[in-house]
Amino acid sequence: MSEITPPITPSVVAEHGLSTEEYAKILEILGRAPNRTELGVFSVMWSEHCSYKSSKKWLKTLPTSAPWVICGPGENAGVIDIGEGLACIFKMESHNHPSFIEPYQGAATGVGGILRDVFTMGARPIANMNALRFGSPDNAKTKHLVAGVVAGIGGYGNCVGVPTVGGECNFHASYDGNILVNAMTVGIAATDKIFYSAAAGIGNPVVYVGSKTGRDGIHGATMASAEFNADSEEKRPTVQVGDPFTEKLLIEACLELMATDCIVAIQDMGAAGLTSSSFEMASKGGMGVELDLDQVPARESGMTAYEFLLSESQERMLMVLKPGSEDVARAIFDKWELDFAVIGHLTDSGRMVIKMKGAVEADLPIDPLALASPEYDRPWEKTPTQGTIDPASVPHSGGILATLQTLLATPDLASKRWIWEQYDHLVMGDTVIRPGGDAALVRVRDTKRALAMTTDCTPRYCLADPVMGGRQAVAETWRNICAVGARPLAITDNMNFGNPTNPRIMGQFVGAIEGIREACLALDYPVVSGNVSLYNETAGSAILPTPAIGGVGLMDDYTKAVGVAWRDGDSLVLLGATKGHLGQSIYLREIAGREDGAPPPVDLALERITGELVRELVAGGHVSACHDISDGGLLVALAEMALAANIGADIMNKAGDVPLHAWAFGEDQGRYIVAASRANTVLELAAKRGIPANLIGRTGGILLTLKGERVLLDDLRESHEGWLPDYMAVA
Amino acid sequence: MKAKIHVTLKSGVLDPQGKAVGHALGSLGFAGVGEVRQGKYIEIELSETDVGTAKANVEEMCKKLLANTVIENYAVEIVG
Amino acid sequence: MTAAIVTFPGSNRERDMVMALTRAFGKAPALVWHRDTELPKVDLIVIPGGFAYGDYLRAGAMAAQSPIMRAVADRAQQGVLVLGVCNGFQVLTEARLLPGALMRNAGLKFVCREVHLRVERADTPFTQGYRKGEIFKCPVAHHDGNYFADSETLARIEGEGQVAFRYCSPQGDLGAAFTPNGSINDIAGVYNDKGNVLGLMPHPEDATEKLLGGLGGAPLFAGLAEALAGAPA
Repeated sequence: MSEITPPITPSVVAEHGLSTEEYAKILEILGRAPNRTELGVFSVMWSEHCSYKSSKKWLKTLPTSAPWVICGPGENAGVIDIGEGLACIFKMESHNHPSFIEPYQGAATGVGGILRDVFTMGARPIANMNALRFGSPDNAKTKHLVAGVVAGIGGYGNCVGVPTVGGECNFHASYDGNILVNAMTVGIAATDKIFYSAAAGIGNPVVYVGSKTGRDGIHGATMASAEFNADSEEKRPTVQVGDPFTEKLLIEACLELMATDCIVAIQDMGAAGLTSSSFEMASKGGMGVELDLDQVPARESGMTAYEFLLSESQERMLMVLKPGSEDVARAIFDKWELDFAVIGHLTDSGRMVIKMKGAVEADLPIDPLALASPEYDRPWEKTPTQGTIDPASVPHSGGILATLQTLLATPDLASKRWIWEQYDHLVMGDTVIRPGGDAALVRVRDTKRALAMTTDCTPRYCLADPVMGGRQAVAETWRNICAVGARPLAITDNMNFGNPTNPRIMGQFVGAIEGIREACLALDYPVVSGNVSLYNETAGSAILPTPAIGGVGLMDDYTKAVGVAWRDGDSLVLLGATKGHLGQSIYLREIAGREDGAPPPVDLALERITGELVRELVAGGHVSACHDISDGGLLVALAEMALAANIGADIMNKAGDVPLHAWAFGEDQGRYIVAASRANTVLELAAKRGIPANLIGRTGGILLTLKGERVLLDDLRESHEGWLPDYMAVA
Repeated sequence: MKAKIHVTLKSGVLDPQGKAVGHALGSLGFAGVGEVRQGKYIEIELSETDVGTAKANVEEMCKKLLANTVIENYAVEIVG
Repeated sequence: MTAAIVTFPGSNRERDMVMALTRAFGKAPALVWHRDTELPKVDLIVIPGGFAYGDYLRAGAMAAQSPIMRAVADRAQQGVLVLGVCNGFQVLTEARLLPGALMRNAGLKFVCREVHLRVERADTPFTQGYRKGEIFKCPVAHHDGNYFADSETLARIEGEGQVAFRYCSPQGDLGAAFTPNGSINDIAGVYNDKGNVLGLMPHPEDATEKLLGGLGGAPLFAGLAEALAGAPA
């Protein structure tokens, strides 16, 4: 052991985010007291971020298999079969806390990290998405955070040359002190060239590639596992700085090396850096590992073992190579001007032995540390249900179309063009459906196939009813993918919640997982990867529960896909039942000033057959445009279609017994609007499946009209497009 | 010795970044802020021991790479 | 007719360019790595979009000093056609193969959107697929596309017909509202004095498929193919 080991006092243990019980377990595993370096290793390996100690029990209940799933959760990302010998590899991950402290670098390195998770497995990244939640627009920090996060995502994604094709962005006061930055990457690999992280082969070299190691982000993983407090801004030094140029080189170098036959196992150095990556590789392969830190490329002088092991410097990978292939690999990394160093080898000891300047700095058993990490069954309380709001009890005054115009300029419904125009959404030349519609659609190079992708979650529903909210988040991704004509295949879940030691918060988590589970089962739509971000609280105030779902679907022939822009002279058919559900709607919050009631129920069986109908309509060429109905309800969806096409419509009031404002703005689930030149075909096919379908209008002109009311598209556009740029422009 | 190099936009070339910074300073309540011009500062460690030669070398570096003389000026200072 | 695409560490739109050239020329272009000092014998050299060397220091500055750029300059001198798109345009100005410079966008933000371009001349190999004054749609995606030239240079390139494209409205009107980056005189692309080197910020290669953003850029590649059709294979 190194000579000077400061004593491990209770306060040192606490500083490392470990409980007294956890420390007792460390003593038991080691049979002695750890030194400080070893304590640091335990601290990051057992952090919530790396160990999933509060969430594991519940995550295990999620369905993760289907005939098309090649690899479910547990690897760097999930893998699904998309035919023609190709696999889609994808995952979504949070970078919430770093993005609040330093929005540009926090968001940028979030993109970098998720890209590495995907190309580590052998995939070329083909698209990025992001799900963003900011505080109230009235909060003094919000604008600065929006500007920084968006610039950071763009700065990184644009430079690496992967298109950022979509996402979502909400505002709510519960995120004032804890914004959410969830980044998703989708990549493509050959099914016979997928790389995993399990180390194998005693004596095989362990190789470090990429950027040099500095003192960046030490203890980022433990920061991501603790609540924020007023001192958080002092934690700025632990935020890492991203270098997208190096990442681009790393992608190209790794993919070039992967085309050879040199790699046994590969893992990116993400949260907890070298520690986590080497432990995971060794643990999965049942191996031991010996590392010599003197060989690690260092950016700063005088770094300690503790710092080397816990640094979160970006753009680094760890690989186990086949013996004798070092020279081939080194030549590739030399070509791309990246560091390449053999820093150790695999052993059969089942231990991780870290040496530096000839001394042993850490000697830890791998399995007890990696596998025996704590698992908690935290107490939880079921979220009390809220009553369903009678739409007739919610008053309405003024014109319906005037209300529509007001709603289109509210933060959650306003156009997010200001954001996505800062993202290169076209690079690589395969973006079929661009941001601003339902799912984005990206062609699979050299095939007719395309991948549809979307991220969705309605946090206000999740707060009111976590089970229904969890269902709805999954169902909405399903709907967005069906709306372009693609078949939904699998999801990645990014669970953002408050402090799990609070039973109320834990109950939200448990409920959301239950809702996600039900939806995945009913829709044959498994979870293949995911990430949990807990402790999203500031001074005891938690975020809305936000289980962000990223969905991926497959289109066999991209030329058949439809967008949201309808054509002139189309008939409009509303699919699904409209009951005028106003509880937890945007209308209720923005117009009536209330945030209450039960969220709209999601009928999963109906959801499934309606989605299948929509896909049949698109595949058969029966519809020219399709849009799912979500936030803001029917009229908001119609307005979005009209604005995309720059063609108006005459809307027929088919409200029946439902009050007009509830018909117009209620958020009943499982609904789509399709535009067709022959409405009868649509109505017949819907009737055959027993799905409610109503002719509700005809397209044409430059106005939206309804029951004698009218509004110019140009006026709607000004409201819809104006809010975000105007908000961001005011200094 | 060390070269300290300032690269700035030529006067007459619009500097939108400087303008934005000036605007932001104003809205933060700093009075009396005139025109703001933003530039780059670069430090280079040199093994050369003769100040004159060092300066000539660095000026060559500026012309060739560090500044784009279509839009930028540069100033070189050599320190012990 | 043959083409080569020069790539640097950080180039990222070479794939888009490969597709567009392959479609128009009927065969794939050669890819040349920046450390090479020799170019294959080709009729067209393309410098694609991206962030060569991360755009660190200044967009295009370090790439312009790459070994291969000496060879590009020699070929340009001999009259070989050279096309630089986006980062390629920045590299060509930094290498002084084209007049002027590209500065940070006036709005200070990266901008990816469709713009309309007006064809200022249709008598060059690059634009013979268009009519003079034709307006076409094509995307931009850049952070540093704000074209600048001093008044003397500007008078010269305007006077000598070296402006290739200008940003405009769908109807062809000029004005700051239609220029995404603040470029002087709405300039989107320029030629060198001999007309064999063209640089432009927009991405015609990303507008060559009907279902993926339309065919606005296709005539540029079709025109090049026609112009070079007589050239030895």
